[in-house]
Amino acid sequence: MPFGDAHNQVKMKFSSEEEYPDLSKHNNHMSKVLTAALYERLRSKQTPSGFTLDDIIQTGVDNPGHPFIMTVGCVAGDEETYEVFKELLDPVIEDRHGGYKPSDKHKTDLTSSNLKGGDDLDPDYVLSSRVRTGRSVRGFCLPPHCSRGERRAVEKLSIEALASLSGDLNGKYYALKNMTDAEQQQLIDDHFLFDKPVSPLLLSSGMGRDWPDARGIWHNDNKTFLVWVNEEDHLRVISMQKGGNMKEVFNRFCTGLTKIETLFKERNHAFMWNEHLGYVLTCPSNLGTGLRAGVHVKLPNMSKNAKFEEVLKKLRLQKRGTGGVDTAAVGGVFDISNADRLGFSEVELVQMVVDGVKLLVEMEKKLEKGQSIDDIMPAQK
Amino acid sequence: MASNFSRILSSKQRIGVLTFVGGSVTAGFLLHRQHVGAAAPVRRSYPASADYPDLRKHNNCMASSLTPAIYAKLCDKATPNGYTLDLAIQTGVDNPGHPFIKTVGMVAGDEESYEVFSDLLDPIIKERHNGYDPSTMKHPTDLDASKIHSGNFDPRYVLSSRVRTGRSIRGLSLPPACTRAERREVERVVVDALAGLHGDLDGKYYSLTQMTDGEQQQLIDDHFLFDKPVSPLLTCAGMARDWPDARGIWHNNEKTFLVWVNEEDHTRVISMEKGGNMKRVFERFCKGLLEVERLIQERGWEFMWNERLGYVLTCPSNLGTGLRAGVHVKLPLLSKDPRLSKILDNLRLQKRGTGGVDTAAVGGVFDISNLDRLGLSEVQLVQTVVDGVNYLIECEKRLEKGQDIKVPPPPLKQFK
Repeated sequence: MPFGDAHNQVKMKFSSEEEYPDLSKHNNHMSKVLTAALYERLRSKQTPSGFTLDDIIQTGVDNPGHPFIMTVGCVAGDEETYEVFKELLDPVIEDRHGGYKPSDKHKTDLTSSNLKGGDDLDPDYVLSSRVRTGRSVRGFCLPPHCSRGERRAVEKLSIEALASLSGDLNGKYYALKNMTDAEQQQLIDDHFLFDKPVSPLLLSSGMGRDWPDARGIWHNDNKTFLVWVNEEDHLRVISMQKGGNMKEVFNRFCTGLTKIETLFKERNHAFMWNEHLGYVLTCPSNLGTGLRAGVHVKLPNMSKNAKFEEVLKKLRLQKRGTGGVDTAAVGGVFDISNADRLGFSEVELVQMVVDGVKLLVEMEKKLEKGQSIDDIMPAQK
Repeated sequence: MASNFSRILSSKQRIGVLTFVGGSVTAGFLLHRQHVGAAAPVRRSYPASADYPDLRKHNNCMASSLTPAIYAKLCDKATPNGYTLDLAIQTGVDNPGHPFIKTVGMVAGDEESYEVFSDLLDPIIKERHNGYDPSTMKHPTDLDASKIHSGNFDPRYVLSSRVRTGRSIRGLSLPPACTRAERREVERVVVDALAGLHGDLDGKYYSLTQMTDGEQQQLIDDHFLFDKPVSPLLTCAGMARDWPDARGIWHNNEKTFLVWVNEEDHTRVISMEKGGNMKRVFERFCKGLLEVERLIQERGWEFMWNERLGYVLTCPSNLGTGLRAGVHVKLPLLSKDPRLSKILDNLRLQKRGTGGVDTAAVGGVFDISNLDRLGLSEVQLVQTVVDGVNYLIECEKRLEKGQDIKVPPPPLKQFK
């Protein structure tokens, strides 16, 4: 829970050693980086809005992690967190994002015409395609730290901007606290409704406060473009449809995002972005593009093949069950998406998914025929 | 939270506060608590009306009392430790409550919360504690167990007897707000004091971070082990932060006196034994509490207590005595009698299942304990339980013989 600077001053009367968390049983990116010496150097700092070191790391202290899954263990409370606490966050970012250096620059590319192919993934195998990202509104604190007034202001701005979308992006906003039972059921049936976070990773950071105040879901009438307001980030933007036409999904994604950004700018609000970190989001794992492009794809034979993991690694892809992160695959159907977020542009990441899934389907077909896949093993991307 | 703590940018206090940034000793400003006034006003980015919570679907004591006017008056205040109204009410905002169960909906982050936010806490206390008015009334403390009479129940009916309370260490923040260092300090102070207990109170401390698997299993078998809170009422208040750091369990060798450290309060103190000798349970309770108090005083500490509120604990529902004295009692015939609820009400008792709050009774065995906490002393409350349980056993015996029972008259109204 965020306490801010007055509380932080009280802590200063205790020595750093007395305040330093016990991380001996921890396994997350924060615990690997936050030595006692670093804690001492950073503990007196705060961002201009009053977000402190302990606020950043609370989720990582409360959730030691898992021997096999490396969580991040820290969050940002505002845009300045990444600057004021760079001594902690730069190494965390470097570990999490494949060696991304403090001096590296991130490229943003939302010109969907730069994507080659992607409109011909075999629909017998690729059941659905989806691209998501997040955006933060500059000048407002992020979900772990925002006050109710701020969160409501973000919601109000978002509703206004989204209301201006038209054509195939014409849509409607459903506030979580005002929706009727019928609306709620429809959103559940469409798989659009998000619920109060239950993961302790999120709750420990304070993101669940005041639920469901100022939270809501906007989607277009065609149900192919969806925006979540004030869930884990200010905005989560999702473009999706059945079948394998990732190109169309990505086109809509870029068009929609660019329009939304323009509408916000017309109201004197920019998205948080800089040339080092790209788009700034609450969790350091979502920096850069914040983009996860993925498909639900049937790969029953590949999934039993000893080389499956190796192939995914080489293609820079990750697998999940179709329930999302932390779920298991059912009936050989996997959620396959890009593993990277930062250091590659949006176009580059979607290209990796498109090319990689095409290859995986090819491999699946070969295995079906009893053929070997050794000769089409990819090189490391 | 953004708006609450922007004061560092605005006021003249900036110079003063910035001198602490270097980590120098800050005893003067921060420990100086002659007057329990609020700290300097907290600057907000939004007016109070923009931050006022939406409580329309809420049913807890906080929601009943927190008008926009009171919110506006208190939202810029902070205790000397920096604890704010928004922090205090977060649990009540996040947990709207239940139509039938009215939770309190706010907590104290430190002793000063009860002063700085008295405009909100006093009406809550009044509602929760039967009209007790902290601004005008005094709470009696009485830990003289010799005053209890008829406190040895028929063991054919009473299976076990238990008395619990909590104590907070003055000068250290409470579980919703404490820093890791403060929590560790509470642990040190308490464990140090408990190590000074002797005779039938001789015992041992088991830290949650260090206990062996064997010790853990034994504590589970004894029903002593407490686990990380899962109730959102508690987690939303921030009480589970840094778990299990500085949490632990102390108990005497005889397993009749138990202290929980840094769970929902700094300490929870429990005296218990099988059978119906409530007087002995209460004697041990008082002896242990007074001895621990003496031991911490020797080291320059004291419990949070004042004559308005009695013993100060995290939840306003536990103010005063913080005492729940109860028995597990077999009342199979009475449990089927429709007059049971009225009888209990008039005796100022409550029933729970034997799993504790929110559980159901099994096999006609109830947990029966006092309803009240504040405005009556420990001796008065335990005597109430003693008299009440004796009455219930009499009812059960009469029903066994086919005789009729009477609903006792209601008690005189206490706090009007």
